[in-house]
Amino acid sequence: MYFPGPSFERSETPSIIAAAMWTFFHKLGSPPWLYTISGQILRWLLPAALLALVVGMCWGLLFTAPDFRQGNSYRIIYIHVPAAVVALGGYYIMAIAGAISLIWKMKMADIAMLAAAPVGAALTFIALVTGSIWGKPTWGTWWVWDARITSMLILLFLYLGVMALYEAYDNKVAASRACAVLALVGTVNIPIIYKSVDWWYSLHQPASIKFTGGSTIDPSMLYPLLLCIVAFYALFACALMANMRVTILDRERRTGWVRRLVEES
Amino acid sequence: MAGEGFYRAMLRRQLALSLRRPVQLFNALLFFALVIVLFPLGLGPSPETLGEFAPGILWIVALLANMLGVETLFRSDFEDGSVDQLLLAPQPLYFSVMPYLLTQWLLAGVLLALVSPLFGLMLGLPVGAMGALAASLLLGSGVMSVLGAIGAALTVGLRRGGMLIALLVTPFYMPVLIFGSGAVQAAVTGVDSSPYLALLAAMLCLAVALGPLAIAAALRISVDS
Amino acid sequence: MYFDSVAAVLAMDGHGPYVWAAYGITLLVLAQLLLWPARRLKRLRRELRGEVRRREAVKTNSVETS
Repeated sequence: MYFPGPSFERSETPSIIAAAMWTFFHKLGSPPWLYTISGQILRWLLPAALLALVVGMCWGLLFTAPDFRQGNSYRIIYIHVPAAVVALGGYYIMAIAGAISLIWKMKMADIAMLAAAPVGAALTFIALVTGSIWGKPTWGTWWVWDARITSMLILLFLYLGVMALYEAYDNKVAASRACAVLALVGTVNIPIIYKSVDWWYSLHQPASIKFTGGSTIDPSMLYPLLLCIVAFYALFACALMANMRVTILDRERRTGWVRRLVEES
Repeated sequence: MAGEGFYRAMLRRQLALSLRRPVQLFNALLFFALVIVLFPLGLGPSPETLGEFAPGILWIVALLANMLGVETLFRSDFEDGSVDQLLLAPQPLYFSVMPYLLTQWLLAGVLLALVSPLFGLMLGLPVGAMGALAASLLLGSGVMSVLGAIGAALTVGLRRGGMLIALLVTPFYMPVLIFGSGAVQAAVTGVDSSPYLALLAAMLCLAVALGPLAIAAALRISVDS
Repeated sequence: MYFDSVAAVLAMDGHGPYVWAAYGITLLVLAQLLLWPARRLKRLRRELRGEVRRREAVKTNSVETS
C-alpha cells in the first residue's frame, strides 16, 4: 500500500486530530483501500437509498393531499425537485473533486470527478424531463422557457461539455486536468448564469404562466420531499462510487493488488 | 520595471501578426454581415418584425463571430512552440496571456462594436439604441474574448477542436448575451440601459481578474499533453 | 392513504398519465445509472480473470518446455 503526498516526518509535528485527518486523506488516495471501503459502503448504502426512495415516492404519491391549485400533477415534485437539487449539488461535488486533483494531484479525486459527470448529467436529464411533463397539465405546453428549466438545460450542457472534453483528449491524465479546469470555470459561472437567467425571465415573464414565488409548502408535503432529496443524494453517492470502482480497477489493472483480487474471486 | 517592456513587445508582436493579414480582420466582419443577411431572408423583410428582434439578432451574431474568431487565438503560437517559450519565461503566464486577450478584443470586439450601428440601421434598430448597442458590444466582447480564450486554451492541443470549443464556451456566453441584448432592448423601449452596462462591466472585471488563471492552467495542460 | 381505490391511484383525477410517465422515466434512468457501472465492473473483472489465466497458462507452458 502506498501513501502519496507529504509525509508526517517532514511537517511540524501535527496534533493528533490533524494526524488522523492526514491518515484519512492519505488512505483516500490509496486505490486498494478506496476500492475495498467503497464496496463495503455500497453494500449497505445502496439498499438504504433504494428503501428511502421507495418510501419517499410512495409517501408522496399515495399519502399526501393534492395541491389545491395544481391537483395531483404536483406529485411530480417528489422526483423533479430532488433530481434538480442533486444535479446542481453534483456539479459542485465534481468541481471540488477537480480542484483537489489539480492542487494535490490526487489520483482518486480525479477519478471521482470523472465518475460524477455522467451521474450529474443523468439527474439533470431527469429534472428536465419531469419538469417538461409537469408543465403539460400545469401550463398546457410541454416546454416553457421558464427560468428554472432554462437554467437546468444550461447545466446539462455544462455537464455534457465536461464529458465531451474528456473524450476529445487522447492523453487521459491531461484530459482529467482539463476537465477539472473546465469544471472550476463552470463553478464560478453557475451563480452568474442562474442569476442572469432569473433576471431575464422576470423581464420577459408572460403573465399567463406566472408562478407565485416563495409560496410556503405544507409540512405534510415537505417531509416526503426531504426524504426523496436524501434518497437522491444517497443514490448519487452510490452511482458515483460504483463508477469509481470500475475506473480504479481499470487503471490499476497491472498492479499486484488487482491481480490478487481477481485470483481470489 | 523590466517586465513592462516584455509585455509591450508581446502586444506589439500580437498586433503586428494580426495586422499582417488585414483580410482576416475583414473576414470576421464579413461573417457578421452575412449572418445578419440570413435573418431578413429567414424571418421576412418586414421592418416591424426585424426591428423587434434586432437587439437579439445583433447580439447572437456578434457572439458567434466572437466564438469563431477566438478559436484560433493560441493555435499558431502553440504549433510553432511560442507558447512553450512563454511557459519557460520568467514572467508569470497570468500576465503573458493578457496581450493575446487585448489584441483579440481590440481587433475583433472593438471593430465589431464600431461597425455594429451600421448593421443595426439595416435591421431597423432605432437610432436612439445605437449607443447602447455599441457600448454593450464593447464591454461584452471583452468578456467573451476572455471566456472564449479559456475554451481555446483547453482545446488548442486537440486536432478536432472546432466544434468542441463551441460546446464548452456557449453556456458561459449566455449571461453576456442576456445582459447585452437586455441593454439594447432597454434602450429601444426608452429605459435607461446603464444598469445593464454596469453589470457587463462588472462581468468584464471578474473575467479579466479570474480568466487568465484558467487560461494559464489550460495552456499548461495543453502543452504537457 | 389519500386515494380510495387502485383505479383512483392510476387516474389521479386525469393527471395520472403525466405523473406515472414522469415516475416511470425517472426510475428507468436511475436503474440504468446503477446497472451501467455494475455491468462494466462485471465485464472488466471477467476480462482481468481471463488475463490472469492466460498468463498462468503461458507460465506453465514455459516451465514444461524448459
